[in-house]
Amino acid sequence: MRSVYDHIMALVVAVGLIVGAVTGAHAGAYEDALAGFTADSFGDTVDSIEALTASGDPRAGAVLEALQDQRLMYSAESKKVFLKAKDDKLTDAETGEAVASPPADIDNVRLNNRVRGALAAALGSLTLMAKEPSRRLDAAQAVFKSRDASALPALDKALAAETDARVKKALGEARAAILLTSPDASAEDKVAAIPVIAARGDQDALALLDGIPGDAPPQVAQAAAAAKSKVQGSLAVWNAVQNAWYGLSLGSVLLLAAIGLAITFGVMGVINMAHGEMVMLGAYTTFVVQELIRAHNPALFDYSLVIAVPLAFLVAGAVGVAIERSIIRFLYGRPLETLLATWGLSLILQQAVRTAFGPTNKDVGNPSWMSGAFDFGGITITYNRLWIICFTLAVFVALLGMLRFTRLGLEMRAVTQNRSMAAAMGIRTARIDALTFGLGSGIAGIAGVALSQIDNVSPNLGQGYIIDSFMVVVFGGVGNLWGTLVGALTLGIANKFLEPYAGAVLGKIAILVFIILFIQKRPRGMFALKGRAIEA
Amino acid sequence: MLKARTAVASRPSARRWLAAAAGLAVAVSGAFHTAQAQDTIKVGILHSLSGTMAISETTLKDTMLFLIDEQNKKGGVLGKKLEAVVVDPASNWPLFAEKARELISKDKVAVVFGCWTSVSRKSVLPVFKELNSILFYPVQYEGEESERNVFYTGAAPNQQAIPAVDYLMSKDGGSVKRWVLAGTDYVYPRTTNKILEAYLKSKGVKDEDIMINYTPFGHSDWQTIVADIKKFGSAGKKTAVVSTINGDANVPFYKELGNQGIKATDIPVVAFSVGEEELAGLDTKPLVGHLAAWNYFESIKNPANAEFIKKWQAFTKNPKRVTNDPMEAHVIGFNMWVKAVEKVKSTDPDKVIDALPGIEAPNLTGGTSKMLPNHHITKPVFVGEIKADGQFDVVWKTKGLVPGDAWTDYLPGSKDLEADWVTLKCGNYNKVTKKCGGQGS
Repeated sequence: MRSVYDHIMALVVAVGLIVGAVTGAHAGAYEDALAGFTADSFGDTVDSIEALTASGDPRAGAVLEALQDQRLMYSAESKKVFLKAKDDKLTDAETGEAVASPPADIDNVRLNNRVRGALAAALGSLTLMAKEPSRRLDAAQAVFKSRDASALPALDKALAAETDARVKKALGEARAAILLTSPDASAEDKVAAIPVIAARGDQDALALLDGIPGDAPPQVAQAAAAAKSKVQGSLAVWNAVQNAWYGLSLGSVLLLAAIGLAITFGVMGVINMAHGEMVMLGAYTTFVVQELIRAHNPALFDYSLVIAVPLAFLVAGAVGVAIERSIIRFLYGRPLETLLATWGLSLILQQAVRTAFGPTNKDVGNPSWMSGAFDFGGITITYNRLWIICFTLAVFVALLGMLRFTRLGLEMRAVTQNRSMAAAMGIRTARIDALTFGLGSGIAGIAGVALSQIDNVSPNLGQGYIIDSFMVVVFGGVGNLWGTLVGALTLGIANKFLEPYAGAVLGKIAILVFIILFIQKRPRGMFALKGRAIEA
Repeated sequence: MLKARTAVASRPSARRWLAAAAGLAVAVSGAFHTAQAQDTIKVGILHSLSGTMAISETTLKDTMLFLIDEQNKKGGVLGKKLEAVVVDPASNWPLFAEKARELISKDKVAVVFGCWTSVSRKSVLPVFKELNSILFYPVQYEGEESERNVFYTGAAPNQQAIPAVDYLMSKDGGSVKRWVLAGTDYVYPRTTNKILEAYLKSKGVKDEDIMINYTPFGHSDWQTIVADIKKFGSAGKKTAVVSTINGDANVPFYKELGNQGIKATDIPVVAFSVGEEELAGLDTKPLVGHLAAWNYFESIKNPANAEFIKKWQAFTKNPKRVTNDPMEAHVIGFNMWVKAVEKVKSTDPDKVIDALPGIEAPNLTGGTSKMLPNHHITKPVFVGEIKADGQFDVVWKTKGLVPGDAWTDYLPGSKDLEADWVTLKCGNYNKVTKKCGGQGS
């Protein structure tokens, strides 16, 4: 941290010299600017930030950095401003001397969104020549957003010295944005800036081009119109890509929630209304794992999900086996009673968790590799969604492989296809029933680990998914894993293409109506099982 | 169906289960009706302890138990101890009415503190009218109502939504020019957004600068909507989101905002249903700077607030337990009721209802709230920014207290209406036709 700080100081000196030379700073501007911080008014703070940047004083950068980190203190009574170092030592911002006994009424200079915005713009123009390319990139993007014309000289200077291609591009875009919005720029400059902006091809570019006033010189207006239609064309394409991606992502969440049900309901024929609660148990297992990690070994936090997955499988699976042995095995072949019993069970499980953990949401953190997003062409892809898609596919493939290639999988298929024949072959059907139900529940538990990353962990977590899960399994075709896969993805993508036009509420209704009509036509779903098995 | 039922009852194992379940039910309901002392005043608590709304309402039940405990330590009311009667309406709206009837006619409570959602309040209204009892309702709501038997201690729209929008339109709030009104699809967001839309248009905001979006309860896939908000906000004008998104759907909404990199400096979100309690389930670092408008924040520095928090945490034996706005509303409402009862030396509902308007009680933010003739109270309005530690930093507040307005001035149907239970004895007096019962119920 220390070295970064030194860099900033060095840089501030450099920028200070440049800006100072341009604006011709007068003595006392820095001191005057500091006084604004003692007023405890956001407007005065913003004015002070702008005055500090304009003062070109080498000490300004340190003050702004401190303000951003909430380390800038003030005393209203003595009208003094202090810098608090990382080790809590105070220095007078004006004299640079250490302060032994701070005034009694010392307090933070407060921030709000307006101050944060002004601060980002000011620091942006001050850090355009920082050593690290990532900081320069941030600075260039901050200037692009602020479109602050006073940063233009610093920008030109930075552009000339820049070696990193990405930063250079961002700097060029920032410069073009300033030129396009500045009323003083010449028509030639504006015409030259338009292709740079158009190359971005995103909403910001469109907004900038839209912002060109109607009374602009004809060559500017012409170039802007041409660029605009190009940007709009590429945006339309990316919009469709975005909908498809969101649909895929929603589909993967549906699949993950439904895949356990595809086993318990699809393969075994048990209408398991407590399926959602197995998902919830998985999510709470993740919470407990994270709490233990936070308490005992915070360094492991990034691995918390990896640790939680097998544990959630075991916890939910064990509960599943217990449910099957104690309740469901007495109710085979009586779907109505199973439905009621498992529904009651779901209420009991919810209330048990509510009593044990309390009714409020639990904070399940995102590991660093699951937070944030990256831009892919014209769309933003968030890491958590990306990982959930990968995870869902992995679970699906593993489950498919297990059913196809292991002995347990073979026995499961045998029992569900023809129970008496399987028993005659020496398979302990009761044991297989319990294990199958446990497997379905365990997979629901794994789904809970993933869902804890995007949804809130509360006792009601499972309720939100139970209807969707049944919808997916019924639509895809009972008893067929591939049907569940295709069903989930179809519903997800259809939902996301409908949502922009119909809204979230109507979109959901439309999907339900569609499924009802579809089931009228094909009562066994998309991929119906053929043969004798379905008659049993 | 009949066949199935006899089948269950005739099987020995099933019968045993039924018996056990019945026993459990009796034990649970018995736990709430604790041994009744000879001479007590009963206070009904009607908050969901199970189901969807338990997440918010359980805290209010605890708050009431805490307040009653504190009052009893001071000697009770009129020389009698207070006794809490807790029922669980289980987030089930018709059950609210049943439980309210049970509290009033069977348990003979003097007053009821309860409800959270507007639909639960509407469901109990006829019961309170019929049996003539008193309900204190502690949650911010959409207004457009004033009943003789109900006292509204939460914010009306002019005590939360409109000041918050005013702040965002001001220079300090970022001079917002473009608005997204996002809400859950039910009565509170729909009415609030209708009022806000009319208000924004009266301030010269154009149709194309307002985007309204509704989502189902518990919506969890916010990708499309957040992307839409981002698109709407990149049109060059400063944009803000006014969120009336309810409870559970907020966590995935804020997670998606954080992940898609929408910072509060770009597009601030001001929420009317997100408080300290909701943030407790969230990593707030990506949310720093997003806003909430309330009449109380835990972080407000004030001796009364500090004492309340200390006692509350001691009562719940949890040093991290947070406080929030509806809790403060119950504190004010409870103290007002105690004062009114002591003033008329009776718990008779008619006497207490007549005594309540004009009663003053200190709120926890340093002011004194007053019960108005329209059964709403005066409250200060604060706008807070979310801090990294899950608390709020107050960035703006109204000068003085704002009187609650039952009927908004911005909707054509309600701007002529007035509620006054002292002189007019009417909850919806039409100032134009000079008649009671102009519109609404």
